[in-house]
Amino acid sequence: MTTKKEIEFTDEQQQLLEIAENFCRDKSPVSAVRTQIETEGGYDPAIWKEMGDLGWLGIAIPEEFGGSGLSMAEVVTIAEPLGRNLLATPFVSTTLAAQLCLDAGTDAQKTSYLPAVAEGAIVALALNEAHGDWNLSHITCTGEVSGDTVTLSGQKVQVTDAKGAAAIVATVKINGKPALAILTGEAKEKVTMTRETVIDETRRSFRVSLDGVTIPASNIMDQTKTEAALARHHKLSCLLLSAESCGGTAACLNTILEYLTTRRQFDRFIGSYQSLKHTSVDILTGMEAARSFLYHAATHVDDEGGEIAVRMAKAQSSDVFSFAGDRAIQFHGGFGFTYECDAQLYRRRALWNTNQSGDGAYHRKRLASLLLD
Amino acid sequence: MSEELPTLEDFATEVKEWVTKNKPEDPGFLLPQSFMEVGTDEQFHFLKDWQNKIYKAGYLGMSWPKEYGGRGMPQAYQDIASRELAKQKTPFLVNTIGLNWAGPLILHMGSEEQKKAYVKNILSADEIWCQGFSEPDHGSDLGNAQLKAERDGTDFICNGSKIWTSLGTYAKHMILLARTDPNTNSKYEGLTFFLSPMDIKGVDPVPIKKATGEFGFCQTYFDNARISEDCIIGKEGEGWLVAMTTLMFERGATGGQAGGHATMSTTIDEVIDLAKRTNRDGNISTQDPLMRDELVKLIMESRAMGLNAQRARIPALVSERPSSIPMSGKLLGSEYAKKMGEVATSLQGTNAVYYVGDDNAIDGGRWPRGYFNAFSGTIGGGTSQIQKNIIGERVLGLPKPPRPE
Repeated sequence: MTTKKEIEFTDEQQQLLEIAENFCRDKSPVSAVRTQIETEGGYDPAIWKEMGDLGWLGIAIPEEFGGSGLSMAEVVTIAEPLGRNLLATPFVSTTLAAQLCLDAGTDAQKTSYLPAVAEGAIVALALNEAHGDWNLSHITCTGEVSGDTVTLSGQKVQVTDAKGAAAIVATVKINGKPALAILTGEAKEKVTMTRETVIDETRRSFRVSLDGVTIPASNIMDQTKTEAALARHHKLSCLLLSAESCGGTAACLNTILEYLTTRRQFDRFIGSYQSLKHTSVDILTGMEAARSFLYHAATHVDDEGGEIAVRMAKAQSSDVFSFAGDRAIQFHGGFGFTYECDAQLYRRRALWNTNQSGDGAYHRKRLASLLLD
Repeated sequence: MSEELPTLEDFATEVKEWVTKNKPEDPGFLLPQSFMEVGTDEQFHFLKDWQNKIYKAGYLGMSWPKEYGGRGMPQAYQDIASRELAKQKTPFLVNTIGLNWAGPLILHMGSEEQKKAYVKNILSADEIWCQGFSEPDHGSDLGNAQLKAERDGTDFICNGSKIWTSLGTYAKHMILLARTDPNTNSKYEGLTFFLSPMDIKGVDPVPIKKATGEFGFCQTYFDNARISEDCIIGKEGEGWLVAMTTLMFERGATGGQAGGHATMSTTIDEVIDLAKRTNRDGNISTQDPLMRDELVKLIMESRAMGLNAQRARIPALVSERPSSIPMSGKLLGSEYAKKMGEVATSLQGTNAVYYVGDDNAIDGGRWPRGYFNAFSGTIGGGTSQIQKNIIGERVLGLPKPPRPE
């Protein structure tokens, strides 16, 4: 057995990162982001199709299920540029749903759903509830088993991309224990969806009512594997949000630098003022730390110590992205206060990314238990 | 007579045994953590004896030439010995300037007489060296050195002063950068590098009391001090080149490193250990919610620096700004060290007020002292504020402020 380095970066990852960076830069300039904000669906289906053609939707799906059998470390190299260019697609939710299916799905479910995902089927995740808790085991929705069917009830919130999804994966409690229910076809059509107004306008988020929806019992994933699958999901979700946030911070910093090197006040470029210059350096060093945590976490997410690595990445990337977005608005002065200024796009994205899957304080609290007790 | 070399493995075992058996007992007073912090005679003699003992045992200067007091062995042996000394947290080697700067420089470009005269006593700590680069009016601007050395026959008459000379009162020699020709086109010309004696008339090292309340630095005054032209290393007027060569030795010399470690650095693990031994608000400090957050932040900072160093070696992951991580190292490391001292002090509840010298001071007062000493890192070699200007301008491309007319 060879021991992995703290950060491994393969030629494959390097290639993927370069391709994804170019792709996202070309497809998603800020003007395109603003156009998509105004649309119903929130993303360009043609781009989604191209991402599928590039093989990105099956990266971490094993070859036997139609994917390319790589790992989450490769997915990170896609998620970072997506975040950098605020390119909204169902990539993250669909990728994470596929991993849940891999971890807790039955053989039949894997065979049935994973190849479809690799080919571009969208899967939405219905995990959050109105109580606002990040703990994925805190579930009030339920499933009542009756013979071969399960009747669901309860409300899920912040279900992104639910509208165009081929399937929704929802957490419910069956016999008092967490279970993962797959809603497809008729069942999926039967749920009531209400679009939510959320701070990050690049996201399409829905409130989903499961009340009265019935699914076949065969659409419940293996309950004995569910808790472990949800624990891993939490790590993977943190990992991909960290990747998006690292990318977002880089773009936000460049937005700041662009203004600081062109805007003049009192006969000098405002970037020559130390109050702005030093703060920009704080953003830079915070971002470098976040990115180092990110690629360390990408290397070791499924190893011993992976939880520590991922929580550090999520805490750091959330905090520095929020800080960068906040300062971006401030440094643009009066213009920063307007909707027209791009700074708000990053600040809004940072608020979403930070408050999904646990913010900085939450993860440091968990880290304290892991590192100090 | 050629000596049979032991295998590296056998040697490692031998060194481990020797260090375990010979590492000094707690002296009963607080030791400094680097050569810049030696403030009392008892600290100095303790450290000098320790270095001498290591040299006599053969674990110092192992790769330096035999004829000058070394052992002429491959560097790998020295590295093993140095690692073991650091691993067992033995005191640092007090003749830091001699071992890391003066010695390698003399071996590299000194005359045969200079090599014979100085190198062995550097290793044995019989002769301590100090450094005379910085001057009171030119903090980090080394090329602007103004201490005058005027030729008088075969001698030079020196006037002016050097500052931040660590171990100034204990040193027998100084590596001295002085201006021998004030009328040159560039400030980098007209400088000459001397291996200058300290125990002569007209050289007066005056200890400076630091914010810690301790001594450790001197301002060294030169008042018509007369030194011989034999003290020049390199050529007259080419001192800048010699100084730059010397600075290169700081990070490993071409001729091999003398060995040993120069600082006893505090690790975050020691702070966590302290937290488990101290109390806040009726409970051990690691149970205090806010202190837990502070400690995790420190652990993360420490971890980030280590991971940054790893990532910096992967070009594809630093392609946007390759100089960002290397140029931020000093800023982040020094600020982190200071914060660590501050948090460690604040962990101690009311006991945080005790200082070095009080019986009740936790760990002899090393934590508040460490905090104060850490300012040497955030100030020396370019303050953190200057570092941020440099990073902002060179890494981020932000404009300099306009020059006043």
